[in-house]
Amino acid sequence: MSATSHAPGKYFVPEPSKWPLVGSFALLLLAFGAVGTMNKLAWGWWTLAAGSAVLLYMLFGWFGQVIKESESKLYGKNVDISFRWSMSWFIFSEVMFFAAFFGALGFARLHSVPDLASIDSKTLWPNFAGSWPTTGPYIDSPFTPMGAWGIPALNTALLLLSGVWLTLSHHAVIAGHRSKAIGWLALTIVFGVVFLGFQVYEYIHAYSALNLKLTSGIFGSTFFMLTGFHGFHVTVGAIMLFVVLIRLMRGHFTPQNHFAFEAAAWYWHFVDVVWLGLFVIVYML
Amino acid sequence: MASVPHDHSHDHAHDHDHHPLKWTRFFTTTNHKDIGTMYMWFSFAMFLSGGVMALGIRAELFQPGLQVVRPELFNQLTTLHGIVMIFGAIMPAFVGFANWMLPLQLGAPDMAFARMNNWSFWLLPPAAILLIGSFFVPGGAAAGGWTLYPPLSVQAGMGMDMMIFAVHIMGASSIMGSINIITTILNLRAPGMTMMKLPMFAWTWLITAFLLIATMPVLAGAVTMLLTDRHFGTTFFNAAGGGDPVMFQHIFWFFGHPEVYIIALPAFGVVSQIIPTFSRKPLFGYASMVYATASIAILSFIVWAHHMYTTGLPAAGQLYFMYATMLIAVPTAAKIFNWLATMWRGSITLETPMLFCLGFLFLFTMGGFTGLVLSLTPVDIQLHDTYYVVAHFHYVMVAGALFSAFAAVYYWGPKWTGWMYEEKLGKIHFWWSLIAFNITFFPQHFLGLAGMPRRIPDYNMQFENWNAVSSVGAFLFGFAQIFFIVIVIRMIKGKSGIRAAAKPWDGAEGLEWTVPSPAPYHTFETPPVVK
Ligand code: HEM
Ligand SMILES: [Cu+2]
Repeated sequence: MSATSHAPGKYFVPEPSKWPLVGSFALLLLAFGAVGTMNKLAWGWWTLAAGSAVLLYMLFGWFGQVIKESESKLYGKNVDISFRWSMSWFIFSEVMFFAAFFGALGFARLHSVPDLASIDSKTLWPNFAGSWPTTGPYIDSPFTPMGAWGIPALNTALLLLSGVWLTLSHHAVIAGHRSKAIGWLALTIVFGVVFLGFQVYEYIHAYSALNLKLTSGIFGSTFFMLTGFHGFHVTVGAIMLFVVLIRLMRGHFTPQNHFAFEAAAWYWHFVDVVWLGLFVIVYML
Repeated sequence: MASVPHDHSHDHAHDHDHHPLKWTRFFTTTNHKDIGTMYMWFSFAMFLSGGVMALGIRAELFQPGLQVVRPELFNQLTTLHGIVMIFGAIMPAFVGFANWMLPLQLGAPDMAFARMNNWSFWLLPPAAILLIGSFFVPGGAAAGGWTLYPPLSVQAGMGMDMMIFAVHIMGASSIMGSINIITTILNLRAPGMTMMKLPMFAWTWLITAFLLIATMPVLAGAVTMLLTDRHFGTTFFNAAGGGDPVMFQHIFWFFGHPEVYIIALPAFGVVSQIIPTFSRKPLFGYASMVYATASIAILSFIVWAHHMYTTGLPAAGQLYFMYATMLIAVPTAAKIFNWLATMWRGSITLETPMLFCLGFLFLFTMGGFTGLVLSLTPVDIQLHDTYYVVAHFHYVMVAGALFSAFAAVYYWGPKWTGWMYEEKLGKIHFWWSLIAFNITFFPQHFLGLAGMPRRIPDYNMQFENWNAVSSVGAFLFGFAQIFFIVIVIRMIKGKSGIRAAAKPWDGAEGLEWTVPSPAPYHTFETPPVVK
């Protein structure tokens, strides 16, 4: 075998790398750290912190290397297609992750809650009305649900607009207008961050003024699980876009070749669509 | 672009025998063969651990009364046996085969994402540490059964948290592995290899990888909700807060039923490679095999509640799930008949891989039939959570998946090691496993029909005889697997004295047989052309 046989690179096979091992070690620490923290063991936080540090080290190192390889033109057409497939399937897996929580919400609303108020459960919970939203028959801690038309509606507008700015930025990249692309992308990120800020404000409001908590029965459980998981994804998406922004400023992308941009954009649109589902199903209905 | 050390290129033909790679390369490797090898050894180690747990269970059940383990430990053993066997032994074994064989079968230099491939593997040891380690924490390992049903799993100690994070990590590993496999199959095929020329093993893995990507996140969601119910005061699975423990079962089995095909489909793929080889005929009904595999996969998403007939589903639901489940028998039967038709009038020889495939064919079909029996709602209401179910799923998982994994090791082992295994020993392993397997699990049908519940450490006197038989069989089966590892090590060391030819099986077809045995460290760096 010779290095030249694949130098122009139909395929790309990377050199041995320590990053997978580092990443696994990070997850081992994180898992033990989480177990320790949740069970209130002294070493929990430390292990969690160490795991996070190792994970960050791995993410910087690994992605840094990928970017370096990409910049040294080691990735050909075939690799590009592989990236596209993998990002699509990754997003599909995320869709299914959300599906589990949406499924839980649907099941609770359409089945468990009505069932607990049905004739079958009357001897157990004679006074349970089974209306939605609810804390369930046994938790007595009334709350006010989050209205859809305040901050959530604003947040919907923010995310949708951010999607528009992102598309404009993409068009600018394709047209080769770098500074325009940077501007639109920065605006996208700003909108995302404002969205997150509002989300935090909304949570504080829910806890302090509405008495709506994670422990508010099935409504609180599904509300915070879905919006929280989504918020986490917005955060990840914003970080991805931020990295892309820096790369854009450094001139990494050409009109023909900017898959990192597109991958982050796909992810952002996915997060966007999930929010629309959330807005309709969690807030409006 | 430089890849793994180049200094062995001076001697191309023998680079495997003395390539300068140290064993430490395994930590950082990006070579699909190294990674496949690690998957297989890991799988075998887990198989032994899970096997020891099974023997603990069977030792306790040898006689009525409590002799060997405390009931708490018994429950932990049952739970961890199930999880370790499924996620630790069977799934990684087939991922290992995929890693080794897919690039060879497709004419690709490696997997599409060679670095991520190594991560998929190296996530497994941390998960194993969490699982095995959980036996030693206060309260012990998870003990609610591998299905992790609440409320037991919400009440359990920190061993359950370790289980939950292990499931998360193994899920991440599976998803990355699957993305890699799908991308490799879709994008790294040699020129000329159209989809309908794919080897069956690649087809079944393509569809399995899809199932994994679709369902592992759902399981992750389910155990995440368990975790928040346990520690953060949510009430997903708690009726007091408007949730429902049965909801967990729905979500779990939305993953769980496709999971059984995640285990079975790659096994089908292996069998579809081996039966034509030893029948010296091409696979009968290739296209229908592809369609049958796809239909099984799609149907597997809409039958989950056949695991929940006793939870009070509405009658219409029970009827629907019963019929939908029975429908799966149709594509499965299509496969069985295709294999039979492949053998029809072939010039069959019975080397060990073929023997294991025949064992698979008979016993998997039996497991399929008992599955059909269990799909009948009124019958399952009687048999649910009895030993009949245990017998059923061991027929499909041990005699189905595990036997075909053995077949794969004997079939492709010469390609991996460069040596033939010793045929006589292989045959002994087969007959020994086959007989011991049936001694262990066949009587469990009787026990279940007579009403013996599963997941119990003690039982009524009336079940004594068949339990004793079953336990004897289990230990015999266990020893057969020690014998197996001896055979494999002897193969690696070349004890048969017979070097494997590039194509050791005269009826075999496919690109993997065009490279020398053992396959050089790097293969197909320039893609072959398929006509
Ligand atoms: C030496 C071979 C094996 C023996 C003797 C054995 C024995 C057993 C026994 C005694 C149980 C407990 C049944 C109960 O009380 O409910 C069990 C459960 C189980 N086994 Fe195996 N087993 C073997 C191999 C396997 C393999 C290879 C797999 C998977 C691929 C497997 C998967 C399971 C599962 C999923 C359960 C259910 C665990 C649960 O109830 O949560 N077994 N096995
Ligand atoms: Cu099922």
